Amino acid sequence: MKRVAFQLLLLCLGFMALSAQIAAQEAKPVADDPELEKRVMNLSQELRCLVCQNETLADSRADLAVDLRREIREQMKAGQSDKEIIAFLTARYGQFILYRPPMGPTTYLLWFGPFVLLVIGLGFLHRYLKQRRELISQEPLSPEERRRAEELLKVAPAKEAV
Amino acid sequence: MSRFAIPLAVFIVLVAFLAIGLGHDPRTVPSPLINKPAPDFRLTQLHEPTKSFTAQEMRGQVWLLNVWASWCVSCRDEHPLLVELARSRAVPVYGLNYKDKREDALAWLTEFGNPYLLSATDTDGRIGINYGVYGVPETYLIDRDGVIRYKQVGPITPGILQDKILPLVKDLSK
Repeated sequence: MKRVAFQLLLLCLGFMALSAQIAAQEAKPVADDPELEKRVMNLSQELRCLVCQNETLADSRADLAVDLRREIREQMKAGQSDKEIIAFLTARYGQFILYRPPMGPTTYLLWFGPFVLLVIGLGFLHRYLKQRRELISQEPLSPEERRRAEELLKVAPAKEAV
Repeated sequence: MSRFAIPLAVFIVLVAFLAIGLGHDPRTVPSPLINKPAPDFRLTQLHEPTKSFTAQEMRGQVWLLNVWASWCVSCRDEHPLLVELARSRAVPVYGLNYKDKREDALAWLTEFGNPYLLSATDTDGRIGINYGVYGVPETYLIDRDGVIRYKQVGPITPGILQDKILPLVKDLSK
């Protein structure tokens, strides 16, 4: 009985290995020209997939991403520069398609906002530290205070021992 | 009291920003095509594949171009409204059958009703790219001069139709 089970297991493993091989064969290069495909992928890294939004066009497997990569590939074959292709796409999909937002009046807040927040934060930190420094009094302890402090220090280790 | 004033103010600002963020639909991306000429196309008609349809021949009319597909689930939600709109004859509705199989598209229209005066077939989605389509259904309102005046991404709701599209149609038809 055990032996049969073992053989079944082996058979299953065999099938799994086989199906993995089949899956591995599916991934064929998309274009015949690897140089062109590299250029397509490089540009796609800079572009957003509008369906998944948080994925680049290069990473996305959405239908639209496949179509847009095809469009880019064809335009590159036709001799268009990367700049011209980006202009083509932003004319249709807007600047949202650019993964790196361009510098412009509408994106100043996006680009410089974090630095403004950092400066404000540093200002608060500076004020806080200054207040703390002022809290530390430079006056030496009075004899009475010194006696109380010594008393407290003496008691503490005794308590720990217990 | 003043100890809490600043953190409280910061918190309120944060909540306000988050509330605004929640109200936004991240799927609607402002289209750069608004107030730009609608890209022209020549495509075969869905029902009569021997005939073609061009955006150019719609000059002089205010019309709606509705991008749809039989595989698109939200198109089903929108469909009854389009049928009703077509029946009211308020504005001519044309379809752009996007990345679909002809027999599927025809069967879909037979099943749910055909609101379109005609549908053009964009089988490989190239015209869709020219129109900046990224989420079917999408609807474009195009004026007499062939300029896109309004774009709806996702299904048209009765509210959008009454408050935005129909008033615009009225305006543009003057």
